[in-house]
Amino acid sequence: MTSDEIIDLVEMVVLVAVLVAVGKLFQRSKASGRLGEWWNSKSRVEQWAWLVPLIAVVVLIPVINPPFLTTEPGTNFPITMFNCALYALVALGLNVVVGQAGLLDLGYVGFFAVGAYVAALFTSPDSQLSKIPYLWTLPLAMVVTMFFGVVLGTPTLRLRGDYLAIVTLGFGEIVRLLATLMPPLKGNVGFQDVGHPPGTKADGGALFANTNGTPWYMLTIGIILIVLLLVGNLERSRVGRAWVAIREDEDAAEMMGVPVFKFKLWAFAIGAAIGGLSGSLFAGQVSFVNNQKFDVPTSVLFLAAVVLGGSGNKVGVLLGGFVIAYIPFRFTALASYKYLIFGVALVVLMIFRPQGLLGARQRLLARGRQAYQRLIGRPEQLSSDSSLVAEKAGDSA
Amino acid sequence: MSDTPEVEPEGGIVAELEHMTEAERAAHEAEVAEAVAPDREIAVEVGDTLLELRDVTMRFGGLVAMDSVSFSIKRGEILGLIGPNGAGKTTCFNAMTGVYRPTSGQVLLEDRPLGRAKRHQITHRGIARTFQNIRLFGEMTALENVVVGADARHQTSVVGALLRLPRHHREEREAIDRAMALLEFMGIADRAADKAKNLPYGYQRRLEIARALATEPKLLCLDEPAAGFNPAEKDELMGLIRKIRDDGYTVLLIEHDMRLVMGVTDRIVVLEFGKKIAEGLPAEIRDNPAVIAAYLGVPDEEDTDGAA
Repeated sequence: MTSDEIIDLVEMVVLVAVLVAVGKLFQRSKASGRLGEWWNSKSRVEQWAWLVPLIAVVVLIPVINPPFLTTEPGTNFPITMFNCALYALVALGLNVVVGQAGLLDLGYVGFFAVGAYVAALFTSPDSQLSKIPYLWTLPLAMVVTMFFGVVLGTPTLRLRGDYLAIVTLGFGEIVRLLATLMPPLKGNVGFQDVGHPPGTKADGGALFANTNGTPWYMLTIGIILIVLLLVGNLERSRVGRAWVAIREDEDAAEMMGVPVFKFKLWAFAIGAAIGGLSGSLFAGQVSFVNNQKFDVPTSVLFLAAVVLGGSGNKVGVLLGGFVIAYIPFRFTALASYKYLIFGVALVVLMIFRPQGLLGARQRLLARGRQAYQRLIGRPEQLSSDSSLVAEKAGDSA
Repeated sequence: MSDTPEVEPEGGIVAELEHMTEAERAAHEAEVAEAVAPDREIAVEVGDTLLELRDVTMRFGGLVAMDSVSFSIKRGEILGLIGPNGAGKTTCFNAMTGVYRPTSGQVLLEDRPLGRAKRHQITHRGIARTFQNIRLFGEMTALENVVVGADARHQTSVVGALLRLPRHHREEREAIDRAMALLEFMGIADRAADKAKNLPYGYQRRLEIARALATEPKLLCLDEPAAGFNPAEKDELMGLIRKIRDDGYTVLLIEHDMRLVMGVTDRIVVLEFGKKIAEGLPAEIRDNPAVIAAYLGVPDEEDTDGAA
């Protein structure tokens, strides 16, 4: 081991130890329960009053560049933050498929790749196609990947569990191999100078240059917020309930009138669209697309982000995405061991906290909070433990 | 069954219920009944045929689970389906709810064959069921479970939900109120906010019925709803099944417990080895020699050709 590796290792261990200790103390003091209660007791408006400053801090992080968190001099910090945000967005999309609807998708990188190629084909001078402004490629990428999602989903979503996982794994590889083999997609040579959003800095350079991570980061955070809002809307509707019902018991769901196939396909299409959106953001920031970035391990990293953060919890998977992207940049000397580190982390997590970092389930009723308060005078059970509802001695049955 | 367990003093209709006078409670129950069965005329006369099985045969390889079984269920009645273990009762259920397609024969709901309708379409047409081994959505709260059932009648599209169009709001509000009324009707409203997997067994059984009722079925199929219940709980369930019928639903009941079946059903169909061996009023079934033979066996010296 080199001294750099040792320093990084020690730093990482210290960071993890501090986080675990804080988490433990937090739980021990029952503060986690009280925090949840406190948060749930707030009205929507009050919650936003807390969220807005929090979001402001998150948005400004690359500018603040906090000392211990910074990845410099190894990697430009704003660029790191952009990658973290990108992974968070990917995790958010994959969470719809894996976390909500319970469809194990091992080929999610395929959709990411399609999105990236859409951006490249329509903006790079290396492409034969007519050019459009970069920002238009974002919705276009969503539509195209959604189409791919439906094309892949229609024949395969009749499969369940492991079989679906294998087919999606194949899909991811098919996309990568097509990119390698089809001449118009230019394989390893790829596309240079992928477009970017308009805007110039004071010194005349492009605002969204690929060396300038901050605007890209802020753009991505903005997109995450919109997606979060829309996905939240779906979650607290018959669509979100249908997804969770399918995840819990597909047969029973169908018997209760849920059109299972239709809603699985929607989950797949919506997940694909978010994957494509993040792919085109990636292409824009890196400004270069070839076939090298879209391999199976990347798919597995995406999935690890979802599982690590808390499958089914949209805030959790954002955190998971951040962590997965952040660690290799922060501890550059250990970057080559990242799969080992994530592997060990996941094993440990599955033993001590199988529900992921933020494991609480999500609300599934619109205005459900108010409804529960009005109807039975207490909030619904979100945490996974059953201590809330210690069996009362009087309850027979 | 236990009384409503204590709840926190602050607000909520469950807490209110305990402080009601007799008259107020009756008025409240009428309200609940109205929400549970909004579009039905209470106390439907036992009338025309709702569901009909015509020569339904189910074959699994060489095994004949149902051998040209025919019977019909009339609107507003409680029909019992009984038989010894392995007689084909649950297979019959599955053939009616679209889990299996009959090898031959037809199932007709309101004179229209179910044909190749998918399971969720059959639910849409008005058949709902519970499961012999409870199959709730464990991670959802009791209320959410019931709302999933109510969703079967909802029209909100994915786009409507995404953008929270007015229909979404209206349906959500109605669904929550109706689901809560159903939970109250089943006597489990006090645990509406708990995850289904954390509910006591008896609550889970009743939650399944509430979820099935939420799909607004014409025919409610209960697959051994009293399994694992003690006598007092069975009595309560009997009352509940009668109440469900009185609200205008038609009930098909698979049950092993003879006291419950005899006590609550209007008519009984008996299956043995996939064949219908008897059909009639509970009193007739009780004295039917073929049924007694099926359940108790016949002494060797006696002739067994009494099967009708």
